[in-house]
Amino acid sequence: MTQSMPLWEVFIRPRNGLAHKHAGSLHAADEVMALQAARDVYTRRGEGNSVWVVPSAAITASDPDQAGENFEPTGDKIYRHPTFYEIPEEVGNM
Amino acid sequence: MYSQGLIGADGQTNETPEFLETFQKRIDAEEKVEPTDAMPEGYRRTLVRQIGQHAHSEIVGMLPEGNWITRAPSLRRKAALLAKVQDEGGHGLYLYSAAETLGVSREEMTEELHSGKAKYSSIFNYPTLSWADIGTIGWLVDGAAIMNQIPLCRCSFGPYARAMIRVCKEESFHQRQGYEIIMTLAQGTPEQKEMAQDSLNRWWWPSLMMFGPHDADSEHSDQSMTWKIKRFTNDQLRQKFIDATVPQAEYLGLKVPDPDLKWNEEKGGYDHGEIDWDEFWRVVKGHGRMNRDRIKDRRAAWERGAWVREAALAHAEKRRARKIAAE
Repeated sequence: MTQSMPLWEVFIRPRNGLAHKHAGSLHAADEVMALQAARDVYTRRGEGNSVWVVPSAAITASDPDQAGENFEPTGDKIYRHPTFYEIPEEVGNM
Repeated sequence: MYSQGLIGADGQTNETPEFLETFQKRIDAEEKVEPTDAMPEGYRRTLVRQIGQHAHSEIVGMLPEGNWITRAPSLRRKAALLAKVQDEGGHGLYLYSAAETLGVSREEMTEELHSGKAKYSSIFNYPTLSWADIGTIGWLVDGAAIMNQIPLCRCSFGPYARAMIRVCKEESFHQRQGYEIIMTLAQGTPEQKEMAQDSLNRWWWPSLMMFGPHDADSEHSDQSMTWKIKRFTNDQLRQKFIDATVPQAEYLGLKVPDPDLKWNEEKGGYDHGEIDWDEFWRVVKGHGRMNRDRIKDRRAAWERGAWVREAALAHAEKRRARKIAAE
Protein backbone atom coordinates (compact mmCIF):
# COMPACT_ATOMS: atom_id res chain seq x y z
CA MET A 1 0.00 0.00 0.00
CA THR A 2 1.55 3.28 -1.06
CA GLN A 3 -0.94 5.68 0.53
CA SER A 4 -1.69 5.24 4.21
CA MET A 5 -5.19 5.36 5.66
CA PRO A 6 -6.01 8.66 7.39
CA LEU A 7 -6.38 8.62 11.18
CA TRP A 8 -9.65 9.68 12.88
CA GLU A 9 -10.46 10.49 16.49
CA VAL A 10 -13.72 9.01 17.77
CA PHE A 11 -16.07 10.74 20.24
CA ILE A 12 -19.12 9.04 21.72
CA ARG A 13 -22.11 10.40 23.60
CA PRO A 14 -23.06 7.75 26.17
CA ARG A 15 -26.63 9.03 26.41
CA ASN A 16 -28.67 12.17 25.90
CA GLY A 17 -27.72 14.95 28.27
CA LEU A 18 -24.04 14.01 28.36
CA ALA A 19 -21.22 15.42 26.26
CA HIS A 20 -19.44 13.47 23.54
CA LYS A 21 -16.29 12.01 25.04
CA HIS A 22 -13.10 10.84 23.35
CA ALA A 23 -13.24 7.04 22.96
CA GLY A 24 -10.19 6.30 20.81
CA SER A 25 -8.98 6.47 17.24
CA LEU A 26 -9.05 4.45 14.04
CA HIS A 27 -7.93 4.49 10.41
CA ALA A 28 -10.41 4.89 7.57
CA ALA A 29 -10.42 6.15 3.99
CA ASP A 30 -13.15 8.78 4.53
CA GLU A 31 -15.66 10.06 7.06
CA VAL A 32 -18.39 7.64 5.94
CA MET A 33 -16.21 4.59 6.55
CA ALA A 34 -14.77 6.14 9.71
CA LEU A 35 -18.28 6.43 11.17
CA GLN A 36 -19.10 2.83 10.29
CA ALA A 37 -15.85 1.55 11.75
CA ALA A 38 -16.31 3.67 14.89
CA ARG A 39 -19.73 2.14 15.41
CA ASP A 40 -18.29 -1.39 15.05
CA VAL A 41 -15.16 -0.83 17.13
CA TYR A 42 -16.40 1.41 19.93
CA THR A 43 -20.13 0.70 20.43
CA ARG A 44 -20.57 -3.07 20.55
CA ARG A 45 -22.30 -2.99 23.93
CA GLY A 46 -24.56 0.02 24.02
CA GLU A 47 -21.76 2.48 24.82
CA GLY A 48 -23.57 5.35 23.18
CA ASN A 49 -26.28 6.82 20.98
CA SER A 50 -24.20 9.25 18.93
CA VAL A 51 -20.74 9.19 17.37
CA TRP A 52 -18.49 11.95 16.06
CA VAL A 53 -15.40 11.30 13.97
CA VAL A 54 -12.81 14.03 13.45
CA PRO A 55 -9.69 13.84 11.27
CA SER A 56 -6.78 13.62 13.74
CA ALA A 57 -4.86 16.03 11.52
CA ALA A 58 -7.55 18.68 12.14
CA ILE A 59 -6.85 18.76 15.88
CA THR A 60 -4.59 21.50 17.19
CA ALA A 61 -3.11 20.51 20.54
CA SER A 62 -1.27 22.53 23.17
CA ASP A 63 2.48 22.04 23.21
CA PRO A 64 3.44 19.54 25.92
CA ASP A 65 6.69 21.43 26.48
CA GLN A 66 4.63 24.47 27.46
CA ALA A 67 2.40 22.54 29.85
CA GLY A 68 3.98 24.27 32.85
CA GLU A 69 3.65 27.74 31.40
CA ASN A 70 0.04 27.05 30.35
CA PHE A 71 -1.39 25.25 33.30
CA GLU A 72 0.74 25.80 36.40
CA PRO A 73 -0.32 29.43 36.97
CA THR A 74 -3.78 28.28 38.12
CA GLY A 75 -2.22 26.13 40.84
CA ASP A 76 -1.73 29.00 43.32
CA LYS A 77 -4.99 30.80 42.55
CA ILE A 78 -6.91 29.12 45.30
CA TYR A 79 -9.13 32.19 45.62
CA ARG A 80 -10.90 30.95 42.49
CA HIS A 81 -12.47 28.16 44.53
CA PRO A 82 -15.46 28.59 46.86
CA THR A 83 -13.71 26.93 49.81
CA PHE A 84 -11.21 29.86 49.93
CA TYR A 85 -13.87 32.05 51.55
CA GLU A 86 -14.95 31.79 55.18
CA ILE A 87 -18.71 32.07 55.68
CA PRO A 88 -20.09 31.80 59.24
CA GLU A 89 -22.10 28.66 59.88
CA GLU A 90 -25.15 30.66 60.96
CA VAL A 91 -25.47 32.00 57.43
CA GLY A 92 -26.15 28.48 56.18
CA ASN A 93 -25.32 26.90 52.86
CA MET A 94 -23.99 29.21 50.24
CA MET B 1 0.40 -14.07 26.65
CA TYR B 2 1.63 -10.60 27.15
CA SER B 3 4.70 -11.47 29.15
CA GLN B 4 5.83 -13.16 25.98
CA GLY B 5 5.79 -9.66 24.49
CA LEU B 6 9.00 -8.96 26.36
CA ILE B 7 11.01 -11.74 24.75
CA GLY B 8 13.87 -10.05 22.92
CA ALA B 9 12.89 -6.62 24.23
CA ASP B 10 15.83 -4.28 24.37
CA GLY B 11 15.42 -1.89 27.28
CA GLN B 12 18.79 -0.20 26.68
CA THR B 13 18.83 3.56 27.11
CA ASN B 14 21.49 6.24 26.64
CA GLU B 15 19.83 9.02 28.58
CA THR B 16 21.60 10.92 31.37
CA PRO B 17 21.26 9.54 34.91
CA GLU B 18 19.39 12.72 35.94
CA PHE B 19 16.80 12.24 33.20
CA LEU B 20 16.28 8.59 34.10
CA GLU B 21 16.02 9.44 37.78
CA THR B 22 13.37 12.11 37.17
CA PHE B 23 11.43 9.67 35.01
CA GLN B 24 11.67 6.93 37.64
CA LYS B 25 10.40 9.33 40.30
CA ARG B 26 7.29 9.96 38.23
CA ILE B 27 6.78 6.21 37.84
CA ASP B 28 7.28 5.60 41.55
CA ALA B 29 4.70 8.30 42.30
CA GLU B 30 2.24 6.27 40.16
CA GLU B 31 1.97 9.11 37.63
CA LYS B 32 0.75 7.93 34.23
CA VAL B 33 3.06 8.53 31.27
CA GLU B 34 1.30 10.00 28.24
CA PRO B 35 2.51 9.79 24.62
CA THR B 36 3.78 13.39 24.43
CA ASP B 37 5.76 13.14 27.70
CA ALA B 38 9.53 12.74 27.73
CA MET B 39 10.37 9.07 28.25
CA PRO B 40 13.47 6.93 28.00
CA GLU B 41 13.94 5.45 24.54
CA GLY B 42 14.09 1.98 26.11
CA TYR B 43 10.72 2.52 27.77
CA ARG B 44 9.21 3.57 24.46
CA ARG B 45 10.78 0.67 22.59
CA THR B 46 9.69 -1.89 25.17
CA LEU B 47 6.11 -0.65 24.98
CA VAL B 48 6.01 -0.53 21.18
CA ARG B 49 7.13 -4.13 21.15
CA GLN B 50 4.84 -5.34 23.91
CA ILE B 51 1.69 -3.50 22.77
CA GLY B 52 2.35 -4.47 19.14
CA GLN B 53 2.73 -8.14 20.07
CA HIS B 54 -0.37 -7.93 22.23
CA ALA B 55 -2.31 -6.47 19.29
CA HIS B 56 -1.00 -9.14 16.92
CA SER B 57 -2.08 -11.81 19.44
CA GLU B 58 -5.64 -10.51 19.39
CA ILE B 59 -5.73 -10.48 15.59
CA VAL B 60 -4.08 -13.87 15.08
CA GLY B 61 -6.27 -15.19 17.91
CA MET B 62 -9.29 -14.73 15.66
CA LEU B 63 -8.03 -17.51 13.37
CA PRO B 64 -8.26 -20.64 15.58
CA GLU B 65 -11.76 -19.64 16.71
CA GLY B 66 -12.93 -18.50 13.30
CA ASN B 67 -12.26 -22.11 12.28
CA TRP B 68 -15.42 -23.18 14.16
CA ILE B 69 -17.93 -20.41 13.42
CA THR B 70 -19.64 -22.29 10.60
CA ARG B 71 -19.74 -25.50 12.67
CA ALA B 72 -21.02 -24.16 15.99
CA PRO B 73 -23.59 -26.64 17.32
CA SER B 74 -26.44 -24.15 17.83
CA LEU B 75 -27.48 -20.65 16.88
CA ARG B 76 -26.86 -19.51 20.48
CA ARG B 77 -23.29 -20.80 20.38
CA LYS B 78 -22.72 -19.37 16.94
CA ALA B 79 -23.94 -15.88 17.88
CA ALA B 80 -21.71 -15.92 20.99
CA LEU B 81 -18.67 -17.12 19.05
CA LEU B 82 -19.18 -14.51 16.33
CA ALA B 83 -19.45 -11.79 18.98
CA LYS B 84 -16.31 -13.08 20.69
CA VAL B 85 -14.26 -13.15 17.48
CA GLN B 86 -15.49 -9.65 16.65
CA ASP B 87 -14.37 -8.53 20.12
CA GLU B 88 -10.87 -9.93 19.49
CA GLY B 89 -10.69 -7.84 16.33
CA GLY B 90 -11.78 -4.79 18.33
CA HIS B 91 -9.20 -5.49 21.03
CA GLY B 92 -6.49 -5.68 18.38
CA LEU B 93 -7.57 -2.28 17.08
CA TYR B 94 -7.57 -0.61 20.53
CA LEU B 95 -4.06 -1.93 21.04
CA TYR B 96 -2.71 -0.91 17.63
CA SER B 97 -4.04 2.60 18.38
CA ALA B 98 -2.23 2.63 21.73
CA ALA B 99 1.04 1.57 20.05
CA GLU B 100 0.62 4.18 17.31
CA THR B 101 0.65 6.94 19.94
CA LEU B 102 4.32 5.99 20.45
CA GLY B 103 5.21 6.86 16.86
CA VAL B 104 5.07 3.48 15.14
CA SER B 105 2.73 3.20 12.14
CA ARG B 106 0.06 0.57 11.60
CA GLU B 107 1.76 -0.38 8.32
CA GLU B 108 5.09 -0.99 10.07
CA MET B 109 3.43 -3.21 12.67
CA THR B 110 1.51 -5.19 10.05
CA GLU B 111 4.68 -5.63 8.03
CA GLU B 112 6.55 -6.90 11.11
CA LEU B 113 3.84 -9.46 11.83
CA HIS B 114 3.83 -10.71 8.25
CA SER B 115 7.61 -10.93 7.99
CA GLY B 116 7.83 -12.85 11.26
CA LYS B 117 9.88 -10.11 12.92
CA ALA B 118 7.13 -9.43 15.46
CA LYS B 119 5.78 -12.31 17.51
CA TYR B 120 2.34 -13.07 18.87
CA SER B 121 1.34 -15.36 21.71
CA SER B 122 2.59 -18.94 21.31
CA ILE B 123 -0.87 -20.28 22.23
CA PHE B 124 -2.33 -19.47 18.81
CA ASN B 125 0.08 -21.83 17.12
CA TYR B 126 -1.90 -24.82 18.37
CA PRO B 127 -4.76 -26.19 16.24
CA THR B 128 -8.46 -26.19 17.23
CA LEU B 129 -9.30 -29.82 16.52
CA SER B 130 -12.74 -30.16 18.11
CA TRP B 131 -15.67 -28.01 19.19
CA ALA B 132 -14.53 -28.53 22.79
CA ASP B 133 -11.42 -26.50 21.95
CA ILE B 134 -13.62 -23.43 21.54
CA GLY B 135 -14.80 -23.94 25.11
CA THR B 136 -11.29 -24.58 26.40
CA ILE B 137 -9.91 -21.50 24.67
CA GLY B 138 -12.53 -19.31 26.33
CA TRP B 139 -12.03 -20.92 29.72
CA LEU B 140 -8.23 -21.34 29.83
CA VAL B 141 -6.74 -19.09 27.16
CA ASP B 142 -8.97 -16.12 27.87
CA GLY B 143 -8.72 -16.93 31.57
CA ALA B 144 -4.92 -16.70 31.37
CA ALA B 145 -5.18 -13.55 29.27
CA ILE B 146 -7.40 -11.92 31.91
CA MET B 147 -4.89 -12.85 34.66
CA ASN B 148 -2.25 -11.02 32.63
CA GLN B 149 -4.39 -8.10 31.57
CA ILE B 150 -5.90 -7.07 34.89
CA PRO B 151 -2.56 -5.82 36.27
CA LEU B 152 -1.92 -4.16 32.87
CA CYS B 153 -4.91 -1.88 33.59
CA ARG B 154 -2.51 -0.20 36.04
CA CYS B 155 0.40 -0.06 33.58
CA SER B 156 2.36 3.20 33.79
CA PHE B 157 1.71 4.03 30.13
CA GLY B 158 -1.71 5.73 29.95
CA PRO B 159 -2.97 4.65 26.51
CA TYR B 160 -2.07 0.99 27.17
CA ALA B 161 -3.74 1.03 30.60
CA ARG B 162 -6.90 2.60 29.15
CA ALA B 163 -7.07 0.06 26.32
CA MET B 164 -6.69 -2.73 28.88
CA ILE B 165 -9.61 -1.47 30.94
CA ARG B 166 -11.89 -1.75 27.92
CA VAL B 167 -10.48 -5.15 26.99
CA CYS B 168 -10.87 -6.57 30.51
CA LYS B 169 -14.51 -5.46 30.70
CA GLU B 170 -15.29 -7.30 27.49
CA GLU B 171 -13.12 -10.35 28.09
CA SER B 172 -15.09 -11.62 31.06
CA PHE B 173 -17.89 -12.76 28.73
CA HIS B 174 -15.32 -14.73 26.71
CA GLN B 175 -14.22 -16.77 29.67
CA ARG B 176 -17.74 -17.45 30.90
CA GLN B 177 -19.06 -18.54 27.52
CA GLY B 178 -16.07 -20.88 27.21
CA TYR B 179 -16.64 -22.44 30.62
CA GLU B 180 -20.32 -22.90 29.78
CA ILE B 181 -19.40 -24.81 26.61
CA ILE B 182 -17.05 -27.11 28.53
CA MET B 183 -19.58 -27.57 31.33
CA THR B 184 -22.26 -28.61 28.83
CA LEU B 185 -19.89 -31.18 27.33
CA ALA B 186 -18.63 -32.40 30.72
CA GLN B 187 -22.21 -33.00 31.88
CA GLY B 188 -23.26 -34.61 28.58
CA THR B 189 -22.77 -38.09 27.14
CA PRO B 190 -19.57 -40.06 27.93
CA GLU B 191 -18.32 -39.20 24.43
CA GLN B 192 -18.91 -35.49 25.04
CA LYS B 193 -17.15 -35.65 28.39
CA GLU B 194 -14.24 -37.44 26.73
CA MET B 195 -14.09 -34.66 24.15
CA ALA B 196 -13.86 -32.06 26.93
CA GLN B 197 -11.12 -34.05 28.71
CA ASP B 198 -9.14 -34.48 25.48
CA SER B 199 -9.31 -30.76 24.89
CA LEU B 200 -8.14 -29.94 28.43
CA ASN B 201 -5.28 -32.42 27.96
CA ARG B 202 -4.06 -30.60 24.88
CA TRP B 203 -4.51 -27.01 26.08
CA TRP B 204 -3.45 -27.14 29.74
CA TRP B 205 0.31 -26.93 29.25
CA PRO B 206 0.27 -24.45 26.36
CA SER B 207 -1.99 -22.23 28.55
CA LEU B 208 0.61 -22.28 31.35
CA MET B 209 3.26 -21.31 28.80
CA MET B 210 1.27 -18.17 27.94
CA PHE B 211 2.73 -16.52 31.05
CA GLY B 212 6.18 -16.64 29.52
CA PRO B 213 9.49 -18.11 30.74
CA HIS B 214 10.29 -18.76 34.41
CA ASP B 215 11.29 -15.60 36.28
CA ALA B 216 14.88 -16.83 36.42
CA ASP B 217 14.99 -16.99 32.61
CA SER B 218 13.01 -13.84 31.91
CA GLU B 219 15.83 -11.42 31.21
CA HIS B 220 13.85 -8.23 30.59
CA SER B 221 11.37 -8.68 33.38
CA ASP B 222 13.17 -6.60 36.05
CA GLN B 223 13.31 -3.42 34.01
CA SER B 224 9.63 -3.75 33.08
CA MET B 225 8.72 -4.20 36.73
CA THR B 226 10.77 -1.11 37.70
CA TRP B 227 9.03 0.93 35.01
CA LYS B 228 5.69 -0.50 36.20
CA ILE B 229 4.86 -1.75 32.75
CA LYS B 230 4.21 -5.07 34.46
CA ARG B 231 3.22 -5.49 38.09
CA PHE B 232 3.67 -9.21 38.72
CA THR B 233 6.28 -11.66 37.55
CA ASN B 234 5.50 -14.46 35.08
CA ASP B 235 5.65 -17.13 37.78
CA GLN B 236 3.41 -15.18 40.16
CA LEU B 237 0.72 -14.84 37.49
CA ARG B 238 1.08 -18.48 36.45
CA GLN B 239 0.59 -19.55 40.07
CA LYS B 240 -2.54 -17.41 40.41
CA PHE B 241 -3.92 -18.93 37.23
CA ILE B 242 -3.32 -22.51 38.38
CA ASP B 243 -4.82 -21.85 41.81
CA ALA B 244 -7.94 -20.34 40.23
CA THR B 245 -8.36 -22.96 37.50
CA VAL B 246 -7.79 -26.31 39.21
CA PRO B 247 -10.98 -26.07 41.32
CA GLN B 248 -12.92 -25.12 38.17
CA ALA B 249 -11.71 -28.32 36.50
CA GLU B 250 -12.59 -30.35 39.60
CA TYR B 251 -16.11 -28.95 39.55
CA LEU B 252 -16.51 -30.28 36.02
CA GLY B 253 -15.12 -33.70 36.97
CA LEU B 254 -12.23 -33.19 34.55
CA LYS B 255 -8.64 -34.10 35.34
CA VAL B 256 -5.83 -31.60 34.92
CA PRO B 257 -3.14 -33.49 32.94
CA ASP B 258 -0.35 -33.02 35.48
CA PRO B 259 0.51 -36.04 37.69
CA ASP B 260 2.67 -33.81 39.92
CA LEU B 261 -0.09 -31.33 40.64
CA LYS B 262 -0.86 -31.21 44.34
CA TRP B 263 -2.06 -28.75 46.96
CA ASN B 264 0.71 -27.24 49.05
CA GLU B 265 -0.82 -26.22 52.36
CA GLU B 266 2.25 -24.24 53.39
CA LYS B 267 2.31 -21.91 50.41
CA GLY B 268 -1.46 -21.91 50.05
CA GLY B 269 -1.24 -22.85 46.38
CA TYR B 270 -0.70 -25.77 44.04
CA ASP B 271 2.68 -27.26 43.18
CA HIS B 272 2.89 -28.26 39.55
CA GLY B 273 5.03 -30.42 37.30
CA GLU B 274 7.82 -29.17 35.06
CA ILE B 275 6.79 -27.20 31.97
CA ASP B 276 8.28 -28.39 28.68
CA TRP B 277 10.33 -25.31 27.89
CA ASP B 278 11.83 -26.91 24.79
CA GLU B 279 8.34 -27.03 23.33
CA PHE B 280 7.73 -23.43 24.39
CA TRP B 281 10.85 -22.10 22.66
CA ARG B 282 10.24 -24.26 19.60
CA VAL B 283 6.79 -22.69 19.18
CA VAL B 284 8.02 -19.15 19.94
CA LYS B 285 10.74 -19.55 17.33
CA GLY B 286 8.22 -20.45 14.65
CA HIS B 287 8.14 -24.23 14.68
CA GLY B 288 4.79 -24.93 16.27
CA ARG B 289 2.11 -26.83 14.41
CA MET B 290 0.27 -23.78 13.13
CA ASN B 291 2.89 -21.00 12.91
CA ARG B 292 3.17 -21.11 9.13
CA ASP B 293 -0.57 -21.41 8.55
CA ARG B 294 -1.32 -18.47 10.80
CA ILE B 295 1.08 -16.13 9.03
CA LYS B 296 0.01 -17.43 5.65
CA ASP B 297 -3.64 -16.69 6.52
CA ARG B 298 -2.85 -13.20 7.83
CA ARG B 299 -0.83 -12.36 4.72
CA ALA B 300 -3.56 -13.70 2.44
CA ALA B 301 -6.19 -11.62 4.25
CA TRP B 302 -4.02 -8.52 3.88
CA GLU B 303 -3.19 -9.12 0.23
CA ARG B 304 -6.73 -10.08 -0.77
CA GLY B 305 -8.05 -6.98 0.98
CA ALA B 306 -5.63 -4.66 -0.84
CA TRP B 307 -8.11 -3.79 -3.61
CA VAL B 308 -10.72 -2.82 -1.02
CA ARG B 309 -8.31 -0.40 0.69
CA GLU B 310 -7.22 1.03 -2.65
CA ALA B 311 -10.82 1.42 -3.87
CA ALA B 312 -11.88 3.09 -0.61
CA LEU B 313 -9.03 5.60 -0.85
CA ALA B 314 -9.72 6.26 -4.55
CA HIS B 315 -13.41 6.79 -3.79
CA ALA B 316 -12.59 9.17 -0.93
CA GLU B 317 -10.30 11.12 -3.25
CA LYS B 318 -12.98 11.33 -5.97
CA ARG B 319 -15.58 12.59 -3.47
CA ARG B 320 -13.14 15.16 -2.15
CA ALA B 321 -12.37 16.43 -5.67
CA ARG B 322 -16.10 16.68 -6.50
CA LYS B 323 -16.78 18.59 -3.32
CA ILE B 324 -14.02 21.08 -4.11
CA ALA B 325 -15.32 21.49 -7.70
CA ALA B 326 -18.82 22.19 -6.39
CA GLU B 327 -17.65 24.90 -4.01
